Amino acid sequence: MGTTQILFWFLSVLAIGSAVMVVASRSPVHSILFLIVTFFAISGHYILLNAQFLAIVNIIVYAGAIMVLFLFVVMLMNLNADTEPPHKSKYLMFAGVIAGSSLLLLIVAALRRNEAVNQLTQLKGGDVGLINNLGKTLFTDYVLPFEISSVLFLSAMIGAVVISKKDKEVHH
Amino acid sequence: MPINYYIVLSVALFSIGVVGVLTRRNAIIIFMCIELMLNAANLLLVAFSKMHNLRLGTDFPTLASDAQVFVFFIMVVAAAEVSVGLAIIVMIYRNIHSVDVNFLNRLKN
Amino acid sequence: MNFINTSSLKVGFDFQVDQLSSLFLLIITGVGFLIHVYSTSYMQEEDSKDFAKYFAFLNLFVFSMLLLVMGGNYIIMFIGWEGVGLCSYLLIGFWFKNNNYNDAAKKAFIMNRIGDLGFLLAVFWLFNKLGTTDYHTVFSAVITDTAHTKLTLIDITGITLLLFVGATGKSAQIPLYTWLPDAMAGPTPVSALIHAATMVTAGIYMIARSNILFTMAPVTQTVVAVVGLATAILAATIALKQNDIKKVLAYSTVSQLGYMFLGLGVGAYTGAVFHVMTHAFFKALLFLGAGSVIHAMSGEQDMRNMGGLRKYMSVTHITFLLGCLAIAGMPPFSGFFSKDEILAEAFKQNPLYWGIGVAGALMTAFYMFRLYAMTFLGKFRGTHEQEHHLHESPVAITIPLMILAALAVLGGLVGVPEVFMHGGHKLEAFLEPVFANSNEFVKAHHAHEALSHSTELSLMAVSVVAALAALLFAWNKFSKYEKTDAAETGLGKILANKWYVDELYDAVIVKPLNSLAAFLNNVVERKGIDGVVNGVGKAVNYGSRQIRLLQSGQVGTYVLLMVVGILVLFIIQFFL
Repeated sequence: MGTTQILFWFLSVLAIGSAVMVVASRSPVHSILFLIVTFFAISGHYILLNAQFLAIVNIIVYAGAIMVLFLFVVMLMNLNADTEPPHKSKYLMFAGVIAGSSLLLLIVAALRRNEAVNQLTQLKGGDVGLINNLGKTLFTDYVLPFEISSVLFLSAMIGAVVISKKDKEVHH
Repeated sequence: MPINYYIVLSVALFSIGVVGVLTRRNAIIIFMCIELMLNAANLLLVAFSKMHNLRLGTDFPTLASDAQVFVFFIMVVAAAEVSVGLAIIVMIYRNIHSVDVNFLNRLKN
Repeated sequence: MNFINTSSLKVGFDFQVDQLSSLFLLIITGVGFLIHVYSTSYMQEEDSKDFAKYFAFLNLFVFSMLLLVMGGNYIIMFIGWEGVGLCSYLLIGFWFKNNNYNDAAKKAFIMNRIGDLGFLLAVFWLFNKLGTTDYHTVFSAVITDTAHTKLTLIDITGITLLLFVGATGKSAQIPLYTWLPDAMAGPTPVSALIHAATMVTAGIYMIARSNILFTMAPVTQTVVAVVGLATAILAATIALKQNDIKKVLAYSTVSQLGYMFLGLGVGAYTGAVFHVMTHAFFKALLFLGAGSVIHAMSGEQDMRNMGGLRKYMSVTHITFLLGCLAIAGMPPFSGFFSKDEILAEAFKQNPLYWGIGVAGALMTAFYMFRLYAMTFLGKFRGTHEQEHHLHESPVAITIPLMILAALAVLGGLVGVPEVFMHGGHKLEAFLEPVFANSNEFVKAHHAHEALSHSTELSLMAVSVVAALAALLFAWNKFSKYEKTDAAETGLGKILANKWYVDELYDAVIVKPLNSLAAFLNNVVERKGIDGVVNGVGKAVNYGSRQIRLLQSGQVGTYVLLMVVGILVLFIIQFFL
């Protein structure tokens, strides 16, 4: 087992473990922190796959911006473990766990029937994920979606402002 | 690594996200689980991109980069979604002082 | 011209008049005319609207009967056949405000429908085998087809048996005879028309018309003869104890029809047709005479309340007596010749037939003269008011009676048997072409020895003496009849109740059908069909009420269901 494999297993266990903790931990702040760990693990996978650009973007956008936003909101609302009372019925919880694990089992079982799954992925090699190549693609073939996504951001920003504005008319 | 390792990893992460959405009632945690699912999909897209790059990269050089650009756009959309979604959650909290989704059963009527 | 015209099925609107149909035409129109004349007086008390309706029905009846007789194939015959069934319904139920009369009309119609089904099936069978129902084609096919390539013996037997089922319905034979006595519900001239000229003779005509088919099916012939004989004797026994003047005549009609079927069954087609003719004369006479009596008695039909009418209605009395003598088979009245021709043929076939036939003839003489004596002899037993009202009927009634009496007396002379006069049987010579093929077939296959003259004479003597004895006995006994309140006992009660056949049919057929219908109505319809219909509604209602609970407004539940849906889709996609 080479270094790559060791890294792969380590990152995988880290990702799954912290993902389980996201769901399992009672405090929202802990969940957020575990989610950040998960995102870092995924970014590590990106680096293993030599998708350097996405790895960096993932850390900056997700672990950096988005999760910090989550933290802000949680702290703003002063949410803690007590805000979520225990389930009235265990039934829905069990159903949820069973449904999720069935999904996992189903797809894993479906994979065993497929012979194409043994194809290898390119680790450590290939320059497709470098900023150089992605940038070229992004600004040639995908320039229009790229520009449109800026409009999306603008509208999301306006939307967020409008929604979180206090509606004075209603209160008075 | 064979692709099925990545598939299993991604599906596991995705399923954990699903379980979270199903079992938790805190809107913020549900939102986070959705982000987790998006990331699982992203990871799989990148893995496939590299798989195809190994096999067909010399003949179709743009094939692999397309997938990664796609991941980039998913992140863009996710960022926009989070900004709006969190704004909504904040507003809900301001109005009903709770983020429990079971409390929000307006869909019944 | 075609009545039905398709690629493989062609039914012509054909008419055919030969010796047989011309004889029937004369009977129908002749007797029918006299009944029309009679009706003008008899129905005078009806409203003008009902009067017009009555004659419309009566003429439709005659029209249907003429169509039946003149048709050139079985389909045209069937149209007439259905027509007389309809008209009998309309006329029996003419006074439809009385529910009993309506029931009688329905009974006649339903009984006839049962028979009609047999007839129709026979026609279909013929179509299937020969592709036509044209008389000429069918009969010549049957005659020339000696190797039974087109029609096997089973086919012929089946067809003739089905035709006979049709005939039992129309001509009131066992087991479908019960409608005819109930048909008395109609006005009396209608009874005369049904019993004498039309309707009941249809079955005889149909079998006589298809004589070659029946001749070639010995099994059917035996069935016809046995059923005819059984009907003759059964109806005669019932007639012995009836007190309603029209009921006695009705059962006598059934009995006489039995004789005709006996004649058809033993191959005496001429005899049967001869008896149809003479029966038409004397039965029309008797019914019209009975109508005249009922008219005089202001609607009273019970013979126990009559008596001594000889003094008041001489024309009716004389003509009625002649009719009774004719039906009793007294020589030289018409009934004697026709009945004895049938009996002689029956003796050739089987002496037992003859023995039972003579017993029936004896009873006929008895009940007819019981009827005569109770009505016209002795002293009047009715109310004073009725006695005051008694009168001879008007000319429109008595003239038809006189004409019919003349025919009843002299009608037999067209068929004087060989014994008395060589070449005296004019009718046989006249009908010869119609029955020629049957006669040849009988000669070729199973010829019976002709009866010697002495045997034939002694047979006649026996039957005449027996009938005469019964006649005198009845005359003697019932001319001194006194009304008693004593109920009938033993066999008399059974006979008075018509062997409980109506009750038997009621118990065996009507009640089970009613209970089946009730079962279908109450259980299958209410619980089954309504249950399914209402059940679907209730299930949807209940299901929607339950499924509505799914829409709890809880996002968690929705998502869970969504995941389950995805799982199902995956399973279908990957594993199925």
